[in-house]
Amino acid sequence: MPTIVSVRDLTKTYKSGFSALKSVNLEIEEGEIIALLGPNGAGKTTLISTICGIVRPTSGSVTVGGHDVVRDFRAARELIGLVPQEITLEPFEKVINSVSFSRGLFGKAADPAQVETVLRQLSLWDKKDSPIQPLSGGMKRRVLIAKALAHQPRVLFLDEPSAGVDVELRKDMWSVVADLKAQGVTIILTTHYIEEAEAIADRVGVINKGEILLVEDKVGLMTRMGQKQLQVDLAEPLTAVPEALRGYALELEPGGRSLTYTYDTKGERTGIVTLLGEMRAAGLQITDLATRQSSLEDIFVGLVRRQA
Amino acid sequence: MNVQAIRVIFNREMARFYRTIVESLVSPVISTSLYFVVFGAAIGSRIETVDGVTYGAFIVPGLIMLTVITQSVANASFAIHFPKFIGTIYELLTAPIGTAEIVIGYVGAAAVKSVLIGLVILATAFLFVDLPIAHPVAMFALLVLTSFSFSLFGFIIGIWAKDFQQLQLIPLLVLTPLIFLGGSFYSVNMLPGIWRTLALFNPVVYLMSVFRWSFFDTADVPVMISLLAILLFTAACLAAVWWIFRTGWRIRQ
Repeated sequence: MPTIVSVRDLTKTYKSGFSALKSVNLEIEEGEIIALLGPNGAGKTTLISTICGIVRPTSGSVTVGGHDVVRDFRAARELIGLVPQEITLEPFEKVINSVSFSRGLFGKAADPAQVETVLRQLSLWDKKDSPIQPLSGGMKRRVLIAKALAHQPRVLFLDEPSAGVDVELRKDMWSVVADLKAQGVTIILTTHYIEEAEAIADRVGVINKGEILLVEDKVGLMTRMGQKQLQVDLAEPLTAVPEALRGYALELEPGGRSLTYTYDTKGERTGIVTLLGEMRAAGLQITDLATRQSSLEDIFVGLVRRQA
Repeated sequence: MNVQAIRVIFNREMARFYRTIVESLVSPVISTSLYFVVFGAAIGSRIETVDGVTYGAFIVPGLIMLTVITQSVANASFAIHFPKFIGTIYELLTAPIGTAEIVIGYVGAAAVKSVLIGLVILATAFLFVDLPIAHPVAMFALLVLTSFSFSLFGFIIGIWAKDFQQLQLIPLLVLTPLIFLGGSFYSVNMLPGIWRTLALFNPVVYLMSVFRWSFFDTADVPVMISLLAILLFTAACLAAVWWIFRTGWRIRQ
């Protein structure tokens, strides 16, 4: 896949002296969904805002579709749609007018059929003639997304799309994202909900204190850094891990009714089969087994802590 | 040039005007009528003529300028300050548009509104007084130029202002005194010595003078000097707007 967004040595220092981005490099491939994860104040919004033209870079460069976002901003911005983090909408404007306005602003001729498609896709069609102000927060967020999609962008930025959104809307949004991906749209979203990155992203970038700590394939990241745990429930409680099993990384849970075995999924031999054999030999009666894979959250927390 | 963007910005700004067409047009008509009653009929009946023109007719150009200037500044400053205030300016900053599109869209719409209001006041004036228009083409051109230049000025104020209080500051503290002292209701030639010299530092004097000339063919200051002053003011505003968008002053971080 060709690169569609390329960020090179991007730094941003605000007037206050705060450096929000410290020499960030990032290549985003056409058609992928990349999630930028990071705690509040990590630099996610600054990164997106710089690519989209709201923030001026201090140094470094960004190209979108090969066009420099500063020197060749018109060509670059035509490709981009942005859904901002805050709900910022003209209160008195009708939904449909607001969406048509966005389309025109990006230089596209009026196309009522296209606007209708976008509004229907976001379940906004029956609200099209309503002013924006009385709409619920979730509906307003849908309007923001519709505005960003009105000019059919090739690259869509979603800045914290799930902030203050209920489960239903989040699921709807994920399905819209899936549709867009099927149409070949590249999607960059920032989030601090790891669940969201896990659910929809192809790649995950972790950003903290203005630096990108890693960018990796989501599945790869989880298997590379992931550890699995096997929980063995016992019929009779134990007071300590039996002598014969001391060689394994076993932990006795409080209450003594279950043992937890942590193993690396990378290893060729996980040691589960021999462990279970030795447990039986040691006379332990097993009632149940469960395995658990560490989530992106564990990985993320680990990374951010290590940096701090 | 992104013509579509200019169209949608312009149309949206005009839509706001049409939505409030009654307030937009009726209030200047009422206030103009009040000025006619107070200055034209009550006070004017005690004044014979100014530069050979009846006082009621004499104040018409001043009244039009007064309203056109205040409306231009108010409309244009609000039009850009409101999106800045509620945050929807992000759309303008991320769209493939440059300074030209934003200025033509916003300032153009504000100027068109002012021209319409100016024409309505002119029409109202005909109901009250006998009004000659010596140079109609020049009159209209001056009306358009004034509307445009003060809309530009208002646009700059809208970007400069950090809140709605600041938005009122310049119109209230600078513009209104300049307009009232700029000869809206009198000829600067009526002022005694030193005040007349001081008045010549007021840019609005030149505007009033040349506009009045387009009606009555008499001017306080030479027409060419007036024209030059207005063009200089417009050029300065254009340069300021260009600089604002080049540096992102108060709009881009």
